[in-house]
Amino acid sequence: MQDKYSEEMSALLAGNLSGSMSRRDVLKRASALGLSASMISYLVRSNGTAAQDATPVPDPTAGRTIVVPQGLRTDLGGTRISAVLADPTDPNGPFLEAAIAKFGEATGITVEFIRGETSATDRLQSYRQQWAGQSGADVYQIDVIWPGVVAEHAVNLLPTLQDLASQHFEAIVANNTVDGALVGMPWFTDAGLLFYRTDLLEKYGLQPPTTWAELTMAAQTIQDGERGANPSFNGFVWQGNVYEGLTCNGLEWQVSNGGGFIVEADGTVSVNNPQAIAAFDRARGWVNTISPEGVTTFQEPDSFNIWIAGNAAFIRNWPYVWAASQAPESPIVGKVGVSPLPKGDGEGARNADTLGGWQLMVSKYSKNQEAGIEFVKYMCSPELETAFAVERSMLPTIASVYDAPEVAAASEFIPRLKDVFQGGAVARPSSVTGEQYPEISAIYYTELNQVLTGAKSGADAAAMMESQIKEALAGSDL
Amino acid sequence: MSQQVVAAPVAKPKWRRWGGASDAPESAWGKARERLAWTLVAPSVLVVAVVALYPLFQTFRLSFTNQKLASNDPWRYVGFAQYEFLLRNDGFQRAFRNTVVFTISSVAIETVLGVVVALIINSQFKGRGLLRTAMLVPWAIPTVVSARLWEYMYHGEYGVLNDLLVNKLPQLIDWIPFVGGTLASIFPSDGIAFTARPNTAMAAIVAVDVWKTTPFMALLILAGLQIIPGDIYEASTVDGASKWQQFWQMTLPMLRPALLVALIFRTLDAFRVFDVIYVMRGVAVETVSLAIFAQQTLVNEDRLGQTSAASVIIFACIGILVLIYTRLVRVEEA
Repeated sequence: MQDKYSEEMSALLAGNLSGSMSRRDVLKRASALGLSASMISYLVRSNGTAAQDATPVPDPTAGRTIVVPQGLRTDLGGTRISAVLADPTDPNGPFLEAAIAKFGEATGITVEFIRGETSATDRLQSYRQQWAGQSGADVYQIDVIWPGVVAEHAVNLLPTLQDLASQHFEAIVANNTVDGALVGMPWFTDAGLLFYRTDLLEKYGLQPPTTWAELTMAAQTIQDGERGANPSFNGFVWQGNVYEGLTCNGLEWQVSNGGGFIVEADGTVSVNNPQAIAAFDRARGWVNTISPEGVTTFQEPDSFNIWIAGNAAFIRNWPYVWAASQAPESPIVGKVGVSPLPKGDGEGARNADTLGGWQLMVSKYSKNQEAGIEFVKYMCSPELETAFAVERSMLPTIASVYDAPEVAAASEFIPRLKDVFQGGAVARPSSVTGEQYPEISAIYYTELNQVLTGAKSGADAAAMMESQIKEALAGSDL
Repeated sequence: MSQQVVAAPVAKPKWRRWGGASDAPESAWGKARERLAWTLVAPSVLVVAVVALYPLFQTFRLSFTNQKLASNDPWRYVGFAQYEFLLRNDGFQRAFRNTVVFTISSVAIETVLGVVVALIINSQFKGRGLLRTAMLVPWAIPTVVSARLWEYMYHGEYGVLNDLLVNKLPQLIDWIPFVGGTLASIFPSDGIAFTARPNTAMAAIVAVDVWKTTPFMALLILAGLQIIPGDIYEASTVDGASKWQQFWQMTLPMLRPALLVALIFRTLDAFRVFDVIYVMRGVAVETVSLAIFAQQTLVNEDRLGQTSAASVIIFACIGILVLIYTRLVRVEEA
């Protein structure tokens, strides 16, 4: 609950700062959080860029670009299923409702749209409780790191949807496959990316960095130059707090340095190797030089706030930063570039961008599995992913959608990311570690944070990670 | 919840004395009276049993199993294995040490400041009522909100505290010879990320707890001060006692019962600390508390048995603290 509270608080502050929330929304959410009147009035006053106060009306144009795919079954008419597809704050709601309505018209299947918990940790907990009672919804939205955890409760989609699966990005399909069973169909995706200030690179005569060494140098040069006029300027901001986001950052550092995937696909614990350790120590070197000392407590909103205020030259973050930076009221609009994250310099150096995103699964306890599978087939079809990208800027999981002319017409950003998902995207070791993943990730980010704060050396932390992860995988029965 | 259960043995003898053997005669009237007494307390006993004793019993029972929260795997009783595992576990030991450090330092500072504040607002001056109300504001703000506020104030980049220490204060004291330049020279010019540094994180969190809870301590101690009769001060003044002597030899000894009650409340609360640490520093090893450790064991690792064992250990520690304090109170009364 605390976790959710603080997430809601950050969402409120971030939404308010970025102006993506209307005044009414800010008021409503702030009073729900129990903020004092003076705090709320401060929020509303500072919300200069927010939309005009208007009662949100259901968007009648939502879903206007949806083309219903061919070949849906019509013999399941009259069936009712339920699907957990979003959280209560998800702005995609109207689109999803429109998509469900069109699905109903085409197949006669009624889908009840359920909104789940906002915090991913809470959401998984509630799914698990429903499954422990062998009950719940028919279709669930699942995070990219959950396949291993949810596998025993999911219908294998491979026998029925193999053709569709083969159109989706291989890395994501592989991530969603546990012991040969396709646990979830990729729906939309996310990846860690490097955003940079094109105006500042130009000012200091620099090229967009392709290696971490170049990035370090460029960030230092720009920071030294800008600090005179702006003491709060930072070269590079990212996420170093003790949470799942640090696992995403850390995986990028070590994979790009040829340092392996923490736990390899065959189950070997590989984290304790010189290239991974070098990557950890390099990140430690950024703290208090090109990155602020407090970066070891940053989550996404913290680094984003510094970036959007124009106080950073580089940021590692998820794709949503693009839309927010290019919004008309953003102080850095038109000054932003994006690329895959840099390569390291060790043997096997490559681009590495940690995969995020959501999949759809059908519950094994559903009494209407066929209707559920049909709904998944519809939602994850190229047609629906195209409409989702055009109307909502959600990133498709099908390569051909990135080339679709209507996607290119709607966004100059999405087509650029095709290479990221085909080449650099890296999945966290969640499928191979199964139910143990949350614990293993916690070991990794707890140790790595201590390297960043200087409490431990990279080598000590890597050795500790190795022994603890091995212990966790051995599966103590306590 | 835990206080009630542990305090029960203290209340028991009194109840027996009142209801039966010692003074009441073994008559039909006495029995009827006892039955009536039982009937009257039955509802509250039932409520306590359902909402406190049953969950407590379940927690004890679960701590001897290897049950998972959301898994259909079979489970079994494992004896004391969970306790053995926890007591040898690095993470648990660290959380224990952090909790002890947090409890001792926050309660000690809050008690001293609480006495000072209570003495001030107990004296006669204009606007005392207003001050008493204003003093309670930090206590009235929900902890999660105040922890968030402080997190922003401590922030290394845009926190007001760094702005004061780096920019405003050095300018203000610039003109003082010798001292003027010192602050600027010892304090780093790009500020300190108070919650990020391993060696300042705990102190920063204790400071927030002190800010928030001192008013509560002051209120409890004020209640103790107000029952001290004023005439003994007059008498001692006539006898030539100084204010200092009055404080140490009259006020403090007479305040001890109230102080002990305040200490019990605060120590128990501090030992179970979750919110302020979780909001400000999450699960970072420098500050993680026992309650956060137990919560993580359940939410992140799904280990219901282990988290129950951790909760029982927290319960036992609190139980011991209560026993020590109640013993002190009784010595006081005797």
